[in-house]
Amino acid sequence: MKRLLPIVFVALLLPGPVLAVSDPSEMLPNPAQEKRAEALGSRLRCLVCQNESIEDSDASLARELRHILREHVAAGESDAEITRWMVARYGGFIRLEPAFNATTAMLWCMPVLALLFGLGIAVWSYRRASRRAAPAPALDAAEQARLDALLRGGSVER
Amino acid sequence: MSGGDTSARKPGGASPAQTRRRVLALLPFGVAAAAGGGFWAMLSRMRTGGFDPHDIHAPALNRTVPDFALPGLDAAHPGFSGNDLRHIDRPVLVNFFASWCIPCVAEAPLLGRVAALLPVWGVAYENKPSDAAGFVSQTGAPFARVALDGSGRTAIDWGVSGVPESFLVRPGGIIDWHLAGALTETVVSATLPALLSRIGR
Amino acid sequence: MHGTVLLSLILSPELGRFALAFACCLAGAQTVLPLWGAWRGRTALMASARPLAWGQFAALLLSFCCLAAASVANDFSVRNIAENSAVAKPLLYKLTGIWGNHEGSILLWALILALCGVAVARFGRNLPGSLLARVLGVLGGTALGFELFCLLTSDPFDRLWPAPPDGQGMNPLLQDPGLAFHPPILYTGYVGFAVPFAFAVAALLEGRVDAAWGRWVRPWTVAAWSFLSCGIALGSWWSYYVLGWGGYWFWDPVENASLLPWLTGTALLHSAIVVEKREALKIWCVLLAIGTFSLSLSGTFLVRSGILNSVHSFANDPTRGVFILGLLALLIGGALLLFGLRVHLLQAGGLFAPFSREGGLVLNNILLCSICAVVLTGTMYPPFAALLLGQAISVGKPFFDSTAVPMAMPLLATMAIGPMLPWKRARLTPVLQRLWWASLLALLAWAVAAFGVSGTLPVLAAGFAVWVIAGAVADLASRILLFRAPLRDSAARARHLSRAVLGAAIAHAGVGVTVLGLVGMSQAQHAIVSVHPGDGVDLAGMRWTLRSVRDADGPNYHAHVATIDVTRNGRLIAELHPSRRVFPLQHQTTTEVAIRTDLVSDLYAVLGDEHEADGTVVLRLHRNPLAPWIWLGGLLMAIGGFLSLSDRRVRVGAPMRARRGAVPAVPAPAAE
Repeated sequence: MKRLLPIVFVALLLPGPVLAVSDPSEMLPNPAQEKRAEALGSRLRCLVCQNESIEDSDASLARELRHILREHVAAGESDAEITRWMVARYGGFIRLEPAFNATTAMLWCMPVLALLFGLGIAVWSYRRASRRAAPAPALDAAEQARLDALLRGGSVER
Repeated sequence: MSGGDTSARKPGGASPAQTRRRVLALLPFGVAAAAGGGFWAMLSRMRTGGFDPHDIHAPALNRTVPDFALPGLDAAHPGFSGNDLRHIDRPVLVNFFASWCIPCVAEAPLLGRVAALLPVWGVAYENKPSDAAGFVSQTGAPFARVALDGSGRTAIDWGVSGVPESFLVRPGGIIDWHLAGALTETVVSATLPALLSRIGR
Repeated sequence: MHGTVLLSLILSPELGRFALAFACCLAGAQTVLPLWGAWRGRTALMASARPLAWGQFAALLLSFCCLAAASVANDFSVRNIAENSAVAKPLLYKLTGIWGNHEGSILLWALILALCGVAVARFGRNLPGSLLARVLGVLGGTALGFELFCLLTSDPFDRLWPAPPDGQGMNPLLQDPGLAFHPPILYTGYVGFAVPFAFAVAALLEGRVDAAWGRWVRPWTVAAWSFLSCGIALGSWWSYYVLGWGGYWFWDPVENASLLPWLTGTALLHSAIVVEKREALKIWCVLLAIGTFSLSLSGTFLVRSGILNSVHSFANDPTRGVFILGLLALLIGGALLLFGLRVHLLQAGGLFAPFSREGGLVLNNILLCSICAVVLTGTMYPPFAALLLGQAISVGKPFFDSTAVPMAMPLLATMAIGPMLPWKRARLTPVLQRLWWASLLALLAWAVAAFGVSGTLPVLAAGFAVWVIAGAVADLASRILLFRAPLRDSAARARHLSRAVLGAAIAHAGVGVTVLGLVGMSQAQHAIVSVHPGDGVDLAGMRWTLRSVRDADGPNYHAHVATIDVTRNGRLIAELHPSRRVFPLQHQTTTEVAIRTDLVSDLYAVLGDEHEADGTVVLRLHRNPLAPWIWLGGLLMAIGGFLSLSDRRVRVGAPMRARRGAVPAVPAPAAE
């Protein structure tokens, strides 16, 4: 997969908006910490943009929050502590992944609920359909004997 | 799911099984109707201003102001700290502004009218001191005090996400009210006086 | 010059508005007359549906041409043109920019809807008269709603006096081929699902769903689904090459609005097969047909209403939102109410064992609809929580990545097995025997992935993706009895393999290819560096050297273009030219991403800030393995869909079943 086969050269130069090329000086020197900061930052919403994380946004508020985040990470705080710090100032809205509490319980349980509901309906309608199908009439002794003989592969005895 | 009811329908009322099936069949309609009702409520409240889907509901209300201490602009506009706000004896409006922010320029006259009701203390958000001074002198904004928050850190502690934003702080340093946006006529003529009379001026 | 002026005089905005109003009248007639005729059994009224559909389409086409003429002729007295176009805009973007704003896009919606009506009128000639009349009637009603919305609240032909000398619409950001062609393809997908919707409502009105109905619905569903898949893939690809940090899907509410009908549309596609072959799953199929179009309509509403927090938000006007909401209430509410009241008329179909192809398709539906429910809940939770509880909750990418994506794993697992199951009742052993080498390949893929790929979900997905692709190949191999019959027989069978079967296998393989692309992208390596010209950086086993940054000016911009050499072991692999453009007139800066692809992986470079103080330049470099496969897979899905459409047996509707027990002349399906 590392070998590149230069089959097609397609240099696509197409316009785009100014983007959040983070300054490398923003990044923490310790790569493990930087990775943790990026992961945590991608779960925090940029409040002035619509639907971007602070890692992806180039707004000044996002840049400031990135700095603060990295300071806290370098200081050794845990993810939960940093998130609490952010939420204390901006409320739950800053979390792109909502906390699990009574309000968001239905949201988080929806995968299981939906699957159970779907399976439940399927099972219920299958049972209803098989109940509706007329049961096969019972065989009397002679018919049962004929059936057994046929199944064994022998000829039918008259 | 394979099917409807093929049995002959009774001439009288429906059987309980049939009623159950009828209710289940109308469930999608019910869910859609509830969702539709919800959207209608959202739209009508958006028009009257009671519902703003972009409101972040920052949790600053009824909390003590954060700890901070910021330098002032000049002798006429000294800085202030969290401690200062905790020891005020009358309500104060804390207004976050910046020279590069157009709505801040637009709300300056309204700030002037607010200053007649209560002191207005400004915080220059991510502004160089000279630019902030220029803003204050050009717009005639009536700040009794101006704190310089060049880095924006203090604003983050307040839960500010942009400028302009205003906070009403009552004696004891408790944040009584927060507006994320520029002052409007309604706020100046109706909301603020009502809040002030509730606090007891 | 004179020709353009003459053209714009004839195709004037007033003519356009008149044509739109005329189309409204025709749509109204198309709704009322055929439905009344079908109810009362009046043949003449039912037959009026087809000419009315043609007339409506002609009127809308005229209206659209008038708008296009105004755009090309730079008629800035038309408010829409003044706001969205400019003299200096290239001709291509003047034309494609018609649908780049709210009013124009609604007109395009209506036009495509009318086109669907014409397609049904033309290709549905062998449908029974009353069904055709009802289908066209429902389509007419939907079109009427959109045309009224356009005429009354979003009139593209509004005049502006005095006419400004130039328009405001010269935004360089929006002048991009991907952005130009993404809307029509996407809208064709959204609007195309109106046809299965109309079929479902017509079936409920008639009180009957049978195998023939399933056969008629299927080609329209496949067509709409193929366009929607294409549209979604195109949108994702566009954000990848424009936005500059290698992202391609953000679970943005507008993106979710396109994914939801795709999920239920896939379920519908498969359910229609079961209705056709076994006359089972009727209720679910009808509900899915109504649901899919409802989701695409609701998506259109939500995106334009201002209720959602999205980067893509259109003109947010709550007043318009109320009109669309009313339209939705009529169409969706009406259809679902009809469903609730009339569904008991649909007769039960064949019984089937849980482990059978029908059972597999039921499981497929449950999984797809559950994923749809999760995405729908996540998208709608914030506004409803704000409305009902006053709390601001935000649901973003991390939530969907941790809930919806893992739910796709069972779906992938069953995708390889499903096509091999016989109808009615299946046994596991023969199926597994046919899949033994596919299972081996999947296990091998898991083993390789466990070493080379980081993250549990990507490893799982890699194995499943190989399983799906191998399963599709195994399906075809078992149909042509490869290695079980003489090769000549296999070759003959391969030649006669129905295109529907081939198309389905290609589409399934396409899903696997896309998932492999996603797994590859999850392993992307990137670096953000600050370098002097002449410096190099090591990334992904290659050396990326910044050779120079030079000035290059365009007609209305000033640009800095960087040249980056990518070498491995001294051998030049690629030369990348990312750049930044400053448009002084518009006070905007854009960045141009440089991508070099060999269809297996992408080299991706972005030019960032230049620090004049120390002469360093910020570069963002990516190596994205298997990234092109994400969109190639989407293309394969669409190809598979279109291929199966070209199969005549899928398109030709079966003749109507005779009333009393006579054996219908349905063409015998071969080994399907």
